[in-house]
Amino acid sequence: MKAVVILIGIIVLNFLLIHAAPGDPAAVMAGEAGETDELFLQQLKERFGLDKPLPLQLWLYVQSILQFELGYSYRQQLPVSQLISERLPATLLLSITAFGISICLGILGGALAAARQGRWSDTLISLAALIFYATPLFWLALMAILLFSVQLGWLPGFGYESVGAGYTGLWRALDILTHLILPAMTLGLFFMAIYARMTRSSMLEVSRLDYVKTARAKGLRPRLIQRRHILRNAILPVVTLAGLQAGQLVGGAVLIETVFAWPGIGRLMFDALSQRDYNLLLGVFVVSAAMVLLFNLITDILYRIVDPRIRVAS
Amino acid sequence: MRDFWKRFSRNRGAVIGLVILILVIALSLFAPMLFPRSPWAMVQRPFLPPFSLDAFPLGTDPMGRDLASGMAHGAGLSLLVGFISTVVSLLIGIPIGALAGYFGGWVDDVLMRFTEFFQSVPSFALAIVLVAIFQPSIGSIVLAIAIVSWPPVARLLRGEVMALRAREFVEAAILSGQTSSTIIWRQILPNTLSPIIVLSSMMVAAAILIESALSFLGLGDPNIMSWGYIIGAGRTVLRQAWWVSFFPGAAILLTVLALNLIGEGLNDALNPRLARQGK
Repeated sequence: MKAVVILIGIIVLNFLLIHAAPGDPAAVMAGEAGETDELFLQQLKERFGLDKPLPLQLWLYVQSILQFELGYSYRQQLPVSQLISERLPATLLLSITAFGISICLGILGGALAAARQGRWSDTLISLAALIFYATPLFWLALMAILLFSVQLGWLPGFGYESVGAGYTGLWRALDILTHLILPAMTLGLFFMAIYARMTRSSMLEVSRLDYVKTARAKGLRPRLIQRRHILRNAILPVVTLAGLQAGQLVGGAVLIETVFAWPGIGRLMFDALSQRDYNLLLGVFVVSAAMVLLFNLITDILYRIVDPRIRVAS
Repeated sequence: MRDFWKRFSRNRGAVIGLVILILVIALSLFAPMLFPRSPWAMVQRPFLPPFSLDAFPLGTDPMGRDLASGMAHGAGLSLLVGFISTVVSLLIGIPIGALAGYFGGWVDDVLMRFTEFFQSVPSFALAIVLVAIFQPSIGSIVLAIAIVSWPPVARLLRGEVMALRAREFVEAAILSGQTSSTIIWRQILPNTLSPIIVLSSMMVAAAILIESALSFLGLGDPNIMSWGYIIGAGRTVLRQAWWVSFFPGAAILLTVLALNLIGEGLNDALNPRLARQGK
Protein backbone atom coordinates (compact mmCIF):
# COMPACT_ATOMS: atom_id res chain seq x y z
CA MET A 1 0.00 0.00 0.00
CA LYS A 2 2.76 2.38 1.01
CA ALA A 3 4.64 1.38 -2.12
CA VAL A 4 1.68 2.36 -4.31
CA VAL A 5 1.48 5.80 -2.67
CA ILE A 6 5.21 6.34 -3.20
CA LEU A 7 4.97 5.21 -6.81
CA ILE A 8 2.15 7.63 -7.52
CA GLY A 9 4.13 10.34 -5.74
CA ILE A 10 7.06 9.66 -8.04
CA ILE A 11 4.86 9.89 -11.12
CA VAL A 12 3.49 13.21 -9.88
CA LEU A 13 7.04 14.41 -9.25
CA ASN A 14 7.98 13.38 -12.77
CA PHE A 15 5.00 15.28 -14.12
CA LEU A 16 6.05 18.38 -12.22
CA LEU A 17 9.59 18.04 -13.54
CA ILE A 18 8.41 17.95 -17.13
CA HIS A 19 6.45 21.12 -16.49
CA ALA A 20 9.27 22.75 -14.57
CA ALA A 21 11.68 22.29 -17.46
CA PRO A 22 12.30 25.45 -19.43
CA GLY A 23 10.26 25.57 -22.61
CA ASP A 24 7.20 23.76 -23.83
CA PRO A 25 6.53 20.38 -22.14
CA ALA A 26 5.76 18.90 -25.53
CA ALA A 27 9.15 20.00 -26.78
CA VAL A 28 10.76 18.49 -23.70
CA MET A 29 9.02 15.20 -24.32
CA ALA A 30 9.96 15.19 -27.96
CA GLY A 31 13.62 15.57 -27.18
CA GLU A 32 15.41 18.79 -27.84
CA ALA A 33 13.63 21.38 -29.92
CA GLY A 34 14.91 21.83 -33.45
CA GLU A 35 14.44 18.30 -34.59
CA THR A 36 10.73 18.46 -33.99
CA ASP A 37 8.19 19.83 -36.41
CA GLU A 38 4.96 21.61 -35.60
CA LEU A 39 2.70 18.75 -36.60
CA PHE A 40 4.49 16.37 -34.30
CA LEU A 41 4.29 18.78 -31.37
CA GLN A 42 0.59 19.13 -32.02
CA GLN A 43 0.18 15.36 -31.93
CA LEU A 44 2.06 15.13 -28.66
CA LYS A 45 -0.06 17.91 -27.19
CA GLU A 46 -3.22 16.07 -28.09
CA ARG A 47 -1.97 12.72 -26.92
CA PHE A 48 -0.91 13.94 -23.51
CA GLY A 49 -3.76 16.43 -23.37
CA LEU A 50 -1.34 19.32 -22.99
CA ASP A 51 -4.02 21.72 -24.12
CA LYS A 52 -6.23 20.67 -21.22
CA PRO A 53 -6.15 22.11 -17.65
CA LEU A 54 -3.24 21.00 -15.46
CA PRO A 55 -5.05 18.64 -13.02
CA LEU A 56 -6.63 16.77 -15.92
CA GLN A 57 -3.22 16.51 -17.58
CA LEU A 58 -1.82 15.02 -14.40
CA TRP A 59 -4.62 12.46 -14.30
CA LEU A 60 -3.94 11.41 -17.90
CA TYR A 61 -0.22 11.22 -17.21
CA VAL A 62 -0.62 8.99 -14.14
CA GLN A 63 -2.91 6.71 -16.13
CA SER A 64 -0.51 6.35 -19.02
CA ILE A 65 2.47 5.59 -16.78
CA LEU A 66 0.60 3.01 -14.73
CA GLN A 67 0.03 1.23 -18.04
CA PHE A 68 3.80 1.40 -18.57
CA GLU A 69 3.29 3.90 -21.41
CA LEU A 70 6.43 5.94 -21.03
CA GLY A 71 6.31 7.61 -24.40
CA TYR A 72 8.67 7.42 -27.32
CA SER A 73 12.38 8.08 -27.56
CA TYR A 74 12.96 10.02 -30.76
CA ARG A 75 16.70 9.75 -30.45
CA GLN A 76 16.66 5.96 -30.33
CA GLN A 77 13.55 5.58 -32.50
CA LEU A 78 11.98 3.14 -30.05
CA PRO A 79 9.34 3.27 -27.32
CA VAL A 80 10.90 4.14 -23.95
CA SER A 81 9.23 1.17 -22.27
CA GLN A 82 10.83 -1.20 -24.76
CA LEU A 83 14.28 0.35 -24.31
CA ILE A 84 13.97 0.04 -20.56
CA SER A 85 12.64 -3.50 -20.43
CA GLU A 86 15.48 -4.64 -22.66
CA ARG A 87 18.02 -3.17 -20.26
CA LEU A 88 16.33 -3.88 -16.95
CA PRO A 89 17.56 -7.49 -16.43
CA ALA A 90 21.21 -6.39 -16.57
CA THR A 91 20.60 -3.69 -13.97
CA LEU A 92 18.68 -6.04 -11.70
CA LEU A 93 21.48 -8.61 -11.92
CA LEU A 94 24.11 -6.00 -11.09
CA SER A 95 22.30 -4.24 -8.28
CA ILE A 96 20.90 -7.33 -6.58
CA THR A 97 24.35 -8.94 -6.62
CA ALA A 98 25.92 -5.78 -5.22
CA PHE A 99 23.17 -5.54 -2.59
CA GLY A 100 23.77 -9.15 -1.54
CA ILE A 101 27.55 -8.78 -1.47
CA SER A 102 27.42 -5.57 0.53
CA ILE A 103 25.03 -6.94 3.16
CA CYS A 104 26.78 -10.31 3.59
CA LEU A 105 30.36 -9.07 3.59
CA GLY A 106 29.45 -5.90 5.49
CA ILE A 107 27.84 -7.81 8.34
CA LEU A 108 30.61 -10.39 8.31
CA GLY A 109 33.33 -7.72 8.46
CA GLY A 110 31.56 -5.73 11.13
CA ALA A 111 30.95 -8.84 13.24
CA LEU A 112 34.59 -9.85 12.92
CA ALA A 113 35.74 -6.39 13.94
CA ALA A 114 33.40 -6.30 16.93
CA ALA A 115 34.46 -9.76 18.13
CA ARG A 116 38.10 -8.70 18.02
CA GLN A 117 37.58 -5.20 19.32
CA GLY A 118 40.86 -3.34 19.75
CA ARG A 119 42.99 -5.93 18.01
CA TRP A 120 44.76 -5.40 14.69
CA SER A 121 42.09 -7.12 12.61
CA ASP A 122 39.51 -4.72 14.08
CA THR A 123 41.73 -1.75 13.27
CA LEU A 124 42.27 -3.00 9.74
CA ILE A 125 38.57 -3.59 9.03
CA SER A 126 37.52 -0.29 10.60
CA LEU A 127 40.16 1.60 8.63
CA ALA A 128 39.15 -0.05 5.36
CA ALA A 129 35.49 0.75 6.05
CA LEU A 130 36.40 4.39 6.78
CA ILE A 131 38.32 4.70 3.51
CA PHE A 132 35.78 2.97 1.26
CA TYR A 133 33.05 5.10 2.82
CA ALA A 134 34.91 8.17 1.53
CA THR A 135 35.79 6.86 -1.93
CA PRO A 136 33.90 8.16 -4.96
CA LEU A 137 32.23 5.15 -6.59
CA PHE A 138 33.13 6.03 -10.16
CA TRP A 139 36.77 6.60 -9.27
CA LEU A 140 36.98 3.29 -7.43
CA ALA A 141 35.52 1.66 -10.55
CA LEU A 142 38.15 3.28 -12.78
CA MET A 143 40.97 2.25 -10.45
CA ALA A 144 39.60 -1.31 -10.29
CA ILE A 145 39.65 -1.48 -14.09
CA LEU A 146 43.18 -0.10 -14.13
CA LEU A 147 44.44 -2.64 -11.61
CA PHE A 148 42.48 -5.81 -12.32
CA SER A 149 41.95 -5.65 -16.04
CA VAL A 150 44.66 -3.39 -17.48
CA GLN A 151 47.60 -4.19 -15.19
CA LEU A 152 46.89 -7.72 -14.00
CA GLY A 153 44.55 -8.82 -16.79
CA TRP A 154 42.55 -10.99 -14.40
CA LEU A 155 39.05 -9.80 -15.12
CA PRO A 156 37.26 -8.09 -17.99
CA GLY A 157 36.56 -4.44 -17.24
CA PHE A 158 34.11 -3.75 -19.98
CA GLY A 159 30.62 -4.89 -20.96
CA TYR A 160 28.27 -7.66 -19.99
CA GLU A 161 29.70 -10.63 -21.89
CA SER A 162 32.42 -11.39 -24.43
CA VAL A 163 31.16 -10.07 -27.72
CA GLY A 164 31.24 -12.59 -30.55
CA ALA A 165 32.48 -15.43 -28.37
CA GLY A 166 29.23 -17.32 -29.00
CA TYR A 167 29.10 -18.99 -25.61
CA THR A 168 25.92 -20.82 -24.72
CA GLY A 169 24.40 -22.34 -21.61
CA LEU A 170 26.72 -22.72 -18.65
CA TRP A 171 29.69 -21.14 -20.43
CA ARG A 172 27.68 -18.05 -21.15
CA ALA A 173 26.60 -17.82 -17.51
CA LEU A 174 30.22 -18.14 -16.42
CA ASP A 175 31.26 -15.51 -18.93
CA ILE A 176 28.64 -13.09 -17.60
CA LEU A 177 29.74 -13.89 -14.07
CA THR A 178 33.35 -12.91 -14.76
CA HIS A 179 32.10 -9.65 -16.27
CA LEU A 180 29.90 -9.12 -13.23
CA ILE A 181 32.58 -9.41 -10.56
CA LEU A 182 34.27 -6.02 -10.93
CA PRO A 183 31.16 -3.85 -11.28
CA ALA A 184 29.27 -5.65 -8.52
CA MET A 185 32.23 -5.49 -6.14
CA THR A 186 32.91 -1.80 -6.72
CA LEU A 187 29.23 -0.93 -6.36
CA GLY A 188 29.02 -3.08 -3.24
CA LEU A 189 32.16 -1.79 -1.48
CA PHE A 190 30.77 1.62 -0.51
CA PHE A 191 27.68 0.04 1.05
CA MET A 192 29.72 -2.76 2.56
CA ALA A 193 31.67 -0.08 4.41
CA ILE A 194 28.46 1.45 5.78
CA TYR A 195 27.06 -1.88 6.94
CA ALA A 196 30.35 -2.99 8.49
CA ARG A 197 30.54 0.20 10.56
CA MET A 198 26.92 -0.14 11.59
CA THR A 199 27.23 -3.84 12.48
CA ARG A 200 30.33 -3.18 14.54
CA SER A 201 28.86 -0.37 16.63
CA SER A 202 25.52 -2.13 16.97
CA MET A 203 27.20 -5.33 18.19
CA LEU A 204 29.31 -3.47 20.70
CA GLU A 205 26.16 -1.80 21.98
CA VAL A 206 24.23 -5.08 22.31
CA SER A 207 27.15 -6.82 23.99
CA ARG A 208 26.77 -4.53 27.01
CA LEU A 209 23.16 -5.58 27.60
CA ASP A 210 22.15 -7.63 30.60
CA TYR A 211 21.08 -10.77 28.80
CA VAL A 212 24.53 -11.05 27.24
CA LYS A 213 26.04 -10.85 30.71
CA THR A 214 23.64 -13.60 31.78
CA ALA A 215 24.73 -15.76 28.88
CA ARG A 216 28.37 -15.23 29.84
CA ALA A 217 27.60 -16.00 33.45
CA LYS A 218 25.94 -19.22 32.39
CA GLY A 219 29.28 -20.19 30.93
CA LEU A 220 28.25 -20.36 27.28
CA ARG A 221 31.09 -20.40 24.80
CA PRO A 222 32.01 -16.83 23.71
CA ARG A 223 31.67 -17.67 20.03
CA LEU A 224 28.15 -18.96 20.58
CA ILE A 225 27.24 -15.79 22.46
CA GLN A 226 28.65 -13.67 19.64
CA ARG A 227 26.66 -15.49 17.02
CA ARG A 228 23.35 -16.33 18.69
CA HIS A 229 22.91 -13.64 21.28
CA ILE A 230 24.68 -10.58 19.97
CA LEU A 231 24.73 -10.80 16.17
CA ARG A 232 21.08 -11.88 15.85
CA ASN A 233 19.94 -8.74 17.63
CA ALA A 234 22.59 -6.40 16.29
CA ILE A 235 21.66 -7.19 12.68
CA LEU A 236 18.20 -5.59 12.88
CA PRO A 237 19.27 -1.94 12.59
CA VAL A 238 21.64 -2.94 9.78
CA VAL A 239 18.79 -4.44 7.76
CA THR A 240 16.71 -1.31 8.35
CA LEU A 241 19.61 0.80 7.15
CA ALA A 242 20.04 -1.39 4.06
CA GLY A 243 16.43 -0.68 3.15
CA LEU A 244 17.02 3.05 3.52
CA GLN A 245 20.18 2.86 1.43
CA ALA A 246 18.48 1.08 -1.47
CA GLY A 247 17.83 4.38 -3.21
CA GLN A 248 21.51 5.23 -3.09
CA LEU A 249 22.44 1.80 -4.41
CA VAL A 250 20.21 2.20 -7.44
CA GLY A 251 21.63 5.68 -8.01
CA GLY A 252 25.15 4.34 -7.72
CA ALA A 253 24.36 1.78 -10.41
CA VAL A 254 24.10 4.65 -12.91
CA LEU A 255 27.74 5.53 -12.29
CA ILE A 256 29.01 1.96 -12.23
CA GLU A 257 27.14 1.02 -15.41
CA THR A 258 28.52 4.09 -17.15
CA VAL A 259 32.10 3.27 -16.23
CA PHE A 260 31.89 -0.45 -17.02
CA ALA A 261 29.72 -0.04 -20.14
CA TRP A 262 27.24 -2.37 -18.43
CA PRO A 263 24.15 -2.46 -20.66
CA GLY A 264 21.58 -1.60 -17.99
CA ILE A 265 19.19 1.27 -17.42
CA GLY A 266 21.89 3.31 -15.68
CA ARG A 267 23.92 3.30 -18.86
CA LEU A 268 20.71 4.15 -20.71
CA MET A 269 20.26 7.12 -18.41
CA PHE A 270 23.75 8.32 -19.24
CA ASP A 271 23.04 7.98 -22.98
CA ALA A 272 19.77 9.85 -22.53
CA LEU A 273 21.71 12.53 -20.71
CA SER A 274 24.31 13.01 -23.39
CA GLN A 275 21.67 13.01 -26.14
CA ARG A 276 19.34 15.34 -24.18
CA ASP A 277 16.59 12.76 -24.47
CA TYR A 278 14.47 14.02 -21.56
CA ASN A 279 11.63 11.63 -22.12
CA LEU A 280 13.92 8.62 -21.85
CA LEU A 281 15.67 10.22 -18.87
CA LEU A 282 12.41 10.60 -16.96
CA GLY A 283 11.29 7.10 -17.95
CA VAL A 284 14.46 5.62 -16.48
CA PHE A 285 13.94 7.72 -13.38
CA VAL A 286 10.42 6.32 -12.82
CA VAL A 287 11.62 2.76 -13.31
CA SER A 288 14.63 3.19 -11.03
CA ALA A 289 12.31 4.56 -8.33
CA ALA A 290 10.14 1.48 -8.76
CA MET A 291 13.29 -0.61 -8.34
CA VAL A 292 13.94 0.98 -4.96
CA LEU A 293 10.51 -0.21 -3.88
CA LEU A 294 11.51 -3.71 -4.94
CA PHE A 295 14.58 -3.49 -2.73
CA ASN A 296 12.43 -2.31 0.15
CA LEU A 297 10.35 -5.43 -0.33
CA ILE A 298 13.49 -7.58 -0.21
CA THR A 299 14.59 -5.95 3.03
CA ASP A 300 11.13 -6.49 4.50
CA ILE A 301 11.47 -10.19 3.75
CA LEU A 302 14.99 -10.23 5.20
CA TYR A 303 13.65 -8.56 8.30
CA ARG A 304 11.13 -11.34 8.73
CA ILE A 305 13.83 -13.96 8.42
CA VAL A 306 16.10 -12.25 10.91
CA ASP A 307 13.52 -11.19 13.46
CA PRO A 308 11.28 -14.06 14.62
CA ARG A 309 9.09 -11.65 16.61
CA ILE A 310 7.63 -10.25 13.40
CA ARG A 311 6.85 -13.72 12.13
CA VAL A 312 4.98 -14.52 15.31
CA ALA A 313 3.05 -11.27 15.25
CA SER A 314 1.73 -11.74 11.76
CA MET B 1 35.75 26.07 24.30
CA ARG B 2 39.02 24.78 25.71
CA ASP B 3 37.17 21.73 26.97
CA PHE B 4 35.74 21.22 23.52
CA TRP B 5 39.16 21.36 21.91
CA LYS B 6 40.59 18.98 24.48
CA ARG B 7 37.95 16.37 23.76
CA PHE B 8 38.19 16.93 20.01
CA SER B 9 41.96 16.58 19.95
CA ARG B 10 41.82 13.34 21.91
CA ASN B 11 40.48 11.79 18.70
CA ARG B 12 43.62 11.42 16.61
CA GLY B 13 41.71 10.79 13.39
CA ALA B 14 39.76 14.02 13.83
CA VAL B 15 42.96 16.05 14.17
CA ILE B 16 44.39 14.46 11.02
CA GLY B 17 41.11 15.24 9.28
CA LEU B 18 41.26 18.86 10.39
CA VAL B 19 44.81 19.23 9.11
CA ILE B 20 43.85 17.79 5.72
CA LEU B 21 40.79 20.04 5.48
CA ILE B 22 42.84 23.14 6.34
CA LEU B 23 45.35 22.19 3.64
CA VAL B 24 42.57 21.77 1.06
CA ILE B 25 41.01 25.10 2.05
CA ALA B 26 44.43 26.79 1.80
CA LEU B 27 45.00 25.21 -1.60
CA SER B 28 41.69 26.52 -2.87
CA LEU B 29 42.32 30.01 -1.46
CA PHE B 30 45.81 30.29 -2.89
CA ALA B 31 45.02 28.61 -6.21
CA PRO B 32 44.79 31.90 -8.14
CA MET B 33 48.22 32.93 -6.78
CA LEU B 34 49.93 29.55 -7.18
CA PHE B 35 48.49 29.01 -10.65
CA PRO B 36 47.62 32.41 -12.07
CA ARG B 37 46.97 30.96 -15.51
CA SER B 38 43.50 29.61 -16.25
CA PRO B 39 43.29 25.89 -15.46
CA TRP B 40 41.79 25.47 -18.95
CA ALA B 41 44.89 26.85 -20.68
CA MET B 42 46.94 24.40 -22.74
CA VAL B 43 50.47 24.81 -21.46
CA GLN B 44 52.49 21.73 -22.33
CA ARG B 45 52.39 18.73 -24.59
CA PRO B 46 49.44 16.41 -23.88
CA PHE B 47 49.94 13.24 -21.79
CA LEU B 48 52.95 14.58 -19.93
CA PRO B 49 53.54 12.01 -17.16
CA PRO B 50 53.68 13.25 -13.56
CA PHE B 51 57.00 14.02 -11.81
CA SER B 52 58.78 14.42 -15.15
CA LEU B 53 58.93 18.23 -15.28
CA ASP B 54 59.30 20.39 -12.18
CA ALA B 55 56.99 23.05 -13.57
CA PHE B 56 54.19 20.51 -13.97
CA PRO B 57 54.52 18.11 -11.03
CA LEU B 58 51.32 16.20 -11.78
CA GLY B 59 51.74 16.18 -15.56
CA THR B 60 49.16 17.22 -18.14
CA ASP B 61 45.85 15.90 -19.37
CA PRO B 62 44.93 14.81 -22.94
CA MET B 63 44.56 18.49 -23.92
CA GLY B 64 47.89 19.53 -22.48
CA ARG B 65 46.34 21.32 -19.52
CA ASP B 66 48.28 21.52 -16.25
CA LEU B 67 46.80 18.89 -13.93
CA ALA B 68 48.13 20.48 -10.74
CA SER B 69 46.49 23.76 -11.67
CA GLY B 70 43.20 22.03 -12.38
CA MET B 71 43.36 20.26 -9.04
CA ALA B 72 44.03 23.48 -7.13
CA HIS B 73 41.27 25.39 -8.91
CA GLY B 74 38.86 22.46 -8.54
CA ALA B 75 39.30 22.35 -4.75
CA GLY B 76 37.37 25.58 -4.29
CA LEU B 77 34.38 24.38 -6.24
CA SER B 78 34.11 21.11 -4.32
CA LEU B 79 34.26 22.84 -0.96
CA LEU B 80 31.93 25.64 -2.00
CA VAL B 81 29.27 23.35 -3.42
CA GLY B 82 29.62 21.04 -0.41
CA PHE B 83 29.11 23.82 2.13
CA ILE B 84 26.37 25.77 0.37
CA SER B 85 24.27 22.72 -0.49
CA THR B 86 24.54 21.55 3.12
CA VAL B 87 23.30 24.94 4.34
CA VAL B 88 20.40 24.77 1.89
CA SER B 89 19.44 21.25 2.96
CA LEU B 90 19.56 22.35 6.60
CA LEU B 91 17.19 25.18 5.68
CA ILE B 92 14.77 22.61 4.22
CA GLY B 93 15.23 19.84 6.78
CA ILE B 94 15.27 21.80 10.04
CA PRO B 95 11.82 23.43 9.71
CA ILE B 96 10.22 20.19 8.51
CA GLY B 97 11.75 18.12 11.30
CA ALA B 98 11.08 20.75 13.97
CA LEU B 99 7.42 21.17 13.03
CA ALA B 100 6.86 17.41 12.82
CA GLY B 101 8.51 16.77 16.17
CA TYR B 102 6.91 19.71 17.97
CA PHE B 103 3.31 19.38 16.85
CA GLY B 104 3.10 15.60 16.41
CA GLY B 105 -0.25 14.18 15.32
CA TRP B 106 -1.33 14.71 11.74
CA VAL B 107 1.33 17.37 11.09
CA ASP B 108 3.95 14.80 11.98
CA ASP B 109 2.25 12.15 9.82
CA VAL B 110 2.05 14.35 6.75
CA LEU B 111 5.59 15.73 7.05
CA MET B 112 7.14 12.35 7.75
CA ARG B 113 5.36 10.68 4.81
CA PHE B 114 6.73 13.52 2.69
CA THR B 115 10.23 12.90 4.07
CA GLU B 116 9.97 9.15 3.57
CA PHE B 117 8.95 9.76 0.01
CA PHE B 118 12.12 11.72 -0.69
CA GLN B 119 14.12 9.06 1.08
CA SER B 120 12.84 6.27 -1.12
CA VAL B 121 13.48 8.11 -4.38
CA PRO B 122 16.86 7.04 -5.83
CA SER B 123 18.69 10.16 -4.74
CA PHE B 124 21.48 10.29 -7.28
CA ALA B 125 19.09 9.59 -10.16
CA LEU B 126 16.87 12.45 -8.97
CA ALA B 127 19.89 14.75 -8.75
CA ILE B 128 20.81 13.85 -12.35
CA VAL B 129 17.30 14.54 -13.60
CA LEU B 130 17.10 17.86 -11.74
CA VAL B 131 20.43 19.15 -13.01
CA ALA B 132 19.73 17.95 -16.55
CA ILE B 133 16.33 19.63 -16.72
CA PHE B 134 17.36 22.92 -15.11
CA GLN B 135 20.65 23.01 -17.07
CA PRO B 136 24.00 22.51 -15.33
CA SER B 137 25.12 25.50 -13.27
CA ILE B 138 26.36 25.97 -9.73
CA GLY B 139 22.86 27.00 -8.68
CA SER B 140 21.12 23.96 -10.11
CA ILE B 141 23.78 21.61 -8.74
CA VAL B 142 23.51 23.07 -5.24
CA LEU B 143 19.73 22.90 -5.37
CA ALA B 144 19.71 19.32 -6.65
CA ILE B 145 22.11 18.16 -3.92
CA ALA B 146 20.07 19.95 -1.26
CA ILE B 147 16.81 18.41 -2.48
CA VAL B 148 18.19 14.89 -2.23
CA SER B 149 20.07 15.41 1.07
CA TRP B 150 17.62 17.01 3.49
CA PRO B 151 15.61 13.94 4.68
CA PRO B 152 18.18 12.76 7.27
CA VAL B 153 18.20 16.28 8.74
CA ALA B 154 14.42 16.27 9.12
CA ARG B 155 14.44 12.83 10.74
CA LEU B 156 17.24 13.74 13.14
CA LEU B 157 15.58 16.98 14.15
CA ARG B 158 12.18 15.40 14.60
CA GLY B 159 13.64 12.89 17.07
CA GLU B 160 15.56 15.57 18.98
CA VAL B 161 12.59 17.93 19.13
CA MET B 162 10.24 15.18 20.29
CA ALA B 163 12.59 14.34 23.14
CA LEU B 164 13.02 18.01 24.12
CA ARG B 165 9.29 18.68 23.84
CA ALA B 166 8.68 16.39 26.81
CA ARG B 167 11.22 18.17 29.06
CA GLU B 168 10.17 20.39 31.96
CA PHE B 169 11.67 23.61 30.67
CA VAL B 170 9.58 23.37 27.52
CA GLU B 171 6.45 22.64 29.52
CA ALA B 172 7.24 25.63 31.69
CA ALA B 173 7.55 27.78 28.58
CA ILE B 174 4.20 26.52 27.29
CA LEU B 175 2.55 27.24 30.66
CA SER B 176 4.04 30.71 30.76
CA GLY B 177 2.13 31.42 27.58
CA GLN B 178 4.93 31.66 25.04
CA THR B 179 3.85 31.08 21.47
CA SER B 180 4.84 27.89 19.69
CA SER B 181 7.20 29.70 17.36
CA THR B 182 9.02 31.39 20.26
CA ILE B 183 9.37 28.08 22.03
CA ILE B 184 10.74 26.35 18.95
CA TRP B 185 13.18 29.17 18.19
CA ARG B 186 14.29 30.10 21.69
CA GLN B 187 13.94 26.94 23.76
CA ILE B 188 14.21 23.96 21.47
CA LEU B 189 16.37 24.70 18.42
CA PRO B 190 19.42 25.95 20.39
CA ASN B 191 19.46 22.58 22.14
CA THR B 192 19.59 20.66 18.89
CA LEU B 193 22.71 22.44 17.69
CA SER B 194 25.31 19.77 18.51
CA PRO B 195 23.75 16.86 16.60
CA ILE B 196 23.12 19.22 13.67
CA ILE B 197 26.77 20.28 13.60
CA VAL B 198 27.93 16.66 13.65
CA LEU B 199 25.52 15.68 10.87
CA SER B 200 26.49 18.75 8.81
CA SER B 201 30.13 17.81 8.51
CA MET B 202 29.13 14.36 7.22
CA MET B 203 26.67 16.03 4.83
CA VAL B 204 29.33 18.29 3.36
CA ALA B 205 31.33 15.13 2.67
CA ALA B 206 28.38 13.42 0.99
CA ALA B 207 27.62 16.56 -1.03
CA ILE B 208 31.19 16.65 -2.35
CA LEU B 209 30.78 13.04 -3.48
CA ILE B 210 27.52 13.84 -5.31
CA GLU B 211 28.98 16.97 -6.92
CA SER B 212 32.00 15.09 -8.20
CA ALA B 213 29.78 12.32 -9.59
CA LEU B 214 27.59 14.85 -11.40
CA SER B 215 30.62 16.59 -12.90
CA PHE B 216 32.04 13.21 -13.85
CA LEU B 217 28.91 12.49 -15.89
CA GLY B 218 29.29 15.84 -17.63
CA LEU B 219 26.68 17.62 -15.53
CA GLY B 220 29.08 20.11 -13.96
CA ASP B 221 29.06 23.84 -14.52
CA PRO B 222 30.80 24.07 -17.90
CA ASN B 223 32.70 27.23 -16.91
CA ILE B 224 34.28 25.99 -13.71
CA MET B 225 37.05 23.42 -13.31
CA SER B 226 36.15 20.61 -10.94
CA TRP B 227 37.71 17.37 -9.75
CA GLY B 228 34.88 15.27 -11.09
CA TYR B 229 35.22 16.87 -14.52
CA ILE B 230 38.95 16.04 -14.70
CA ILE B 231 38.28 12.41 -13.80
CA GLY B 232 35.60 12.30 -16.49
CA ALA B 233 38.02 13.77 -19.02
CA GLY B 234 40.67 11.23 -18.04
CA ARG B 235 38.30 8.30 -18.21
CA THR B 236 38.62 7.67 -21.94
CA VAL B 237 42.42 7.74 -21.76
CA LEU B 238 42.67 5.63 -18.62
CA ARG B 239 45.00 3.11 -20.26
CA GLN B 240 47.46 5.69 -21.56
CA ALA B 241 47.32 8.28 -18.78
CA TRP B 242 46.28 6.86 -15.41
CA TRP B 243 47.38 9.99 -13.57
CA VAL B 244 44.68 12.21 -15.06
CA SER B 245 41.97 10.23 -13.27
CA PHE B 246 44.04 9.13 -10.31
CA PHE B 247 45.06 12.41 -8.65
CA PRO B 248 41.70 14.22 -8.56
CA GLY B 249 40.00 11.06 -7.26
CA ALA B 250 42.57 10.76 -4.51
CA ALA B 251 41.93 14.41 -3.66
CA ILE B 252 38.19 13.76 -3.36
CA LEU B 253 38.85 10.71 -1.21
CA LEU B 254 41.13 12.65 1.16
CA THR B 255 38.76 15.61 1.47
CA VAL B 256 35.71 13.43 2.11
CA LEU B 257 37.65 11.26 4.54
CA ALA B 258 38.83 14.38 6.38
CA LEU B 259 35.28 15.69 6.75
CA ASN B 260 34.01 12.33 8.02
CA LEU B 261 36.84 12.13 10.55
CA ILE B 262 36.09 15.66 11.71
CA GLY B 263 32.45 14.65 12.09
CA GLU B 264 33.43 11.81 14.41
CA GLY B 265 35.70 14.12 16.38
CA LEU B 266 32.89 16.67 16.73
CA ASN B 267 30.62 13.91 17.91
CA ASP B 268 33.12 12.97 20.62
CA ALA B 269 33.59 16.57 21.60
CA LEU B 270 29.94 17.65 21.60
CA ASN B 271 28.37 14.52 23.08
CA PRO B 272 31.00 13.58 25.65
CA ARG B 273 28.72 11.16 27.48
CA LEU B 274 27.90 9.18 24.35
CA ALA B 275 31.50 9.11 23.23
CA ARG B 276 32.73 7.62 26.47
CA GLN B 277 30.09 4.92 26.24
CA GLY B 278 31.28 4.05 22.76
CA LYS B 279 34.86 3.54 23.82
